[in-house]
Amino acid sequence: MDLATVLIVEIFYSIAVLVVISAGLAVVFGMMRVINLAHGEFLMAGGYATIVAVNAGINIYVAMLIVAPLVVGLIGLVVERLVIRHLYGRLVDTMLASWGLSLVMIGLATMIFGNTTTGISPPIAGFAIGGYQINGYNFFIIVVAALLLVAMYALLAGTRAGLVARGTMQRADMAAALGYSPDRVYMVTFFCGSALSGLAGGLLAPLVGLVPTTGGTYIAKAFITVISGGASIIVGLLSSATLFGLVSQLFTFAASPVVGEVALLVAAVVLLRLLPQGITGRFFRGRL
Amino acid sequence: MSGRPQIGATLAVLGAFVLLALAAPAVLETYTLTILLIYGLLAMSLGLVWGFGGILCFGQAAFYGLGAYSYAIAAINLGESTLPFALGILVPFLFAGLLGAMMFYGRLSDVYLGVITLVVTLIFFKFMNSTAGPEYAIGQARLGGFNGIPGYQTLNVPGDPDAYIFGDDFYYLVVAIVLVVYALLRWLLASPFGRVAVAIRENEARVELMGYDARLRKTALFAVGGAVAGLAGTLFASWAEIVTPGLFSLGQSAEIIIWCIVGGLGTLVGPFVGAMLLGYLKFALGQQTLIDNTLVLGLVLVLSVLLLPRGVVPTLGQWVGLARRRRPRRASRRRLRPARGGADG
Repeated sequence: MDLATVLIVEIFYSIAVLVVISAGLAVVFGMMRVINLAHGEFLMAGGYATIVAVNAGINIYVAMLIVAPLVVGLIGLVVERLVIRHLYGRLVDTMLASWGLSLVMIGLATMIFGNTTTGISPPIAGFAIGGYQINGYNFFIIVVAALLLVAMYALLAGTRAGLVARGTMQRADMAAALGYSPDRVYMVTFFCGSALSGLAGGLLAPLVGLVPTTGGTYIAKAFITVISGGASIIVGLLSSATLFGLVSQLFTFAASPVVGEVALLVAAVVLLRLLPQGITGRFFRGRL
Repeated sequence: MSGRPQIGATLAVLGAFVLLALAAPAVLETYTLTILLIYGLLAMSLGLVWGFGGILCFGQAAFYGLGAYSYAIAAINLGESTLPFALGILVPFLFAGLLGAMMFYGRLSDVYLGVITLVVTLIFFKFMNSTAGPEYAIGQARLGGFNGIPGYQTLNVPGDPDAYIFGDDFYYLVVAIVLVVYALLRWLLASPFGRVAVAIRENEARVELMGYDARLRKTALFAVGGAVAGLAGTLFASWAEIVTPGLFSLGQSAEIIIWCIVGGLGTLVGPFVGAMLLGYLKFALGQQTLIDNTLVLGLVLVLSVLLLPRGVVPTLGQWVGLARRRRPRRASRRRLRPARGGADG
């Protein structure tokens, strides 16, 4: 019984992590058809921002939930203005330019922070369920992931800004004719996507030892989750995160973490072979 | 494009390459030159698949690493390098064929193709990194996890395990292999198969309506690209005398793509030159500690996507073409010499 509880919590946790690390990419790809391969490095930047802020004496929740998204959002803004803006509509070129950007960010982080592992301790203590120890911070991540999805849905479906953003993504020329500047909408959307990446980096900072190359461990998972999700941002994200979280956690539990990771990757290959347009290309069509 | 000028251009490139390859050891050590050539070969494999087939493979490193590992594992078990050398080409060829068949018969394209190739590379990377225990062994070869496989037989004269090919000899062997591969690829591209492959890149639906099986042809081209990458991996294994999971890393895949982008797609010489130039740049940057290596490579990639979307070689070719009032495509292949001269000087 205890074991079952632990397993369920772990499954929810791994789904939540996938949601959190993929949300920023999902917004940028789902809304703008831009694949930001520097996404992993945005997470890394969020992590460093959190650690630096905490070391400077700022409350850890403020650092994670406010400082990290702001810092990374601003980085994203600069990147969008300097690079991405010139490449809208050229999917492969944006991918390559952002890959270059990720290398630049890794280089910068190595020069600033050095090639050493830094970290902070989680703010919530663990507790025991029967004979098993559970990390209390895991619950925090599950809650944040759920809130994040609700907030994204509310923003996109319920507010005028969300409506304008979705309209611009569908028909930029129409939006322009109605008086909204697509350029500005793209800029704000990219800012939001980057801020979400920063938030994810901040949230994960207490869980992992941070090195400049940390981003590489996330980018593939985030990339896979978003692409497999398909065209719908929120439903796609949730469905593919659920599937992959379940698969990877069950295999981790049955064998080892490495097998879990490999199982996730294999599941992604099989899934894309069967549903080349992603999950929401076949199911839940037309949802947000 | 008619057949004859292609032969002329190919011969001109080969001639220029031979001259440069013979002159280059005066400027750089053959040890460094050898690895630059191996990078060039690797870049050419992606240049073929991506530039002519229109297949953006994010996982060319998978075939490179697979070639290197196949060679190393077979060399430990056999102790003589001829069969391992062949396996180092054959295994990636077959694997690329299988993977390609899975993707192309599933009608996957662009982003999805990128994801799958990337994921396959990652699977290799994760798996190889986790094989440290003694239970992971193929024959007598332990996979060694993160530490890789050291201490296998390097290339030897076929039939004589004690006659190692190393140093200058190895360099000239690699030069010869590059020459042969380039000539073969040019021949392949000039053949009906190559022309249909380019046509598929331009418009797949139209080619299919004309009765060609695009899936089969893309799979075959992908497999050939895998074989060339595997060959590069095999040579690398013999050069480095150790193979590590780093061969499968994202960074390695990124580098191959950067070489192609910077050198120029749609040519074979472009990626080759790009790889030599950037390989040398990396080598030169590795000797100083002021600026991080990755930073510079990243900047090069960003700037070349923004400013030189067609790559160095085609752009140079275009300028020369304008100057000579010739067709830019033909001129581009003749521009090997100045670009490479810059790398060596």
